[in-house]
Amino acid sequence: MQLREESEKEYVNQQFESTLDSVDRAESLIMSAAEAAGFDEDDLHKIGMAARECMVNAVVHGNRYNANKKVHLQVSGGDDYIKILIADQGEGFDIAKLPDPLAEENLLRHSGRGIFLIRAFMDEVDVRPASPHGTEVLLVKKKSVSE
Amino acid sequence: MSVKLNSRQVGDVTVLDLAGRITLGEGSSTMRDALKEVLAQGHNKILLNLSEVSYIDSSGIGELVSAFTTVTNQGGQLKLNGLNKRVKDLLQITKLYTVFEVFDEESTAMRSYK
Repeated sequence: MQLREESEKEYVNQQFESTLDSVDRAESLIMSAAEAAGFDEDDLHKIGMAARECMVNAVVHGNRYNANKKVHLQVSGGDDYIKILIADQGEGFDIAKLPDPLAEENLLRHSGRGIFLIRAFMDEVDVRPASPHGTEVLLVKKKSVSE
Repeated sequence: MSVKLNSRQVGDVTVLDLAGRITLGEGSSTMRDALKEVLAQGHNKILLNLSEVSYIDSSGIGELVSAFTTVTNQGGQLKLNGLNKRVKDLLQITKLYTVFEVFDEESTAMRSYK
């Protein structure tokens, strides 16, 4: 798993247990990193929300709370962007098969909005198989340009 | 901080005042349990006051949807009051703003119950 380029600053590079407590701790670390990188309050909210959804997916749907499986989090960034890579050790999934949460027949479904919200809040989202197994998700947020 | 919940009766409407974060885990289950209790007591006109809710994740949205369908299926009404801008935005991008009846003032919400 390679995230950081030479010119980038690394904020976080850590493994987490597959627990909801890890989700809270990772969210907090990511928020601190984004704050240190100079993102405004609105973007901080979006980054925090997308990262939390992604961590929940890794812990709950990827690793299924399995104590033997870990979630790897890397956060790095440059002057005007932050990159967050979250990798689980689960079975993987086919993103193309996820139902559209905005379709009329899915509006009242209890779940299935996580990836949609991640995409809504981040500038780039890349979901791909991890090696040797699992899923890794790369999230990129660029700083808003003030008018 | 997770979610805190208080229940009060205003006429025949049960108001659930929620505060904090409605997220996967404790936050979602607190709301689900409270709603179950209210319905078991025979109350089915429910207003969720979210004015002190700072944050809702996709699991929290799922709980709101479940609450709505549960109450509606039992012939009741579940409405929302006092959403902050971010929660409103969340309901808008998930197209749920048109599913729920959403109010800014509790008095207006109260008058809307049949």
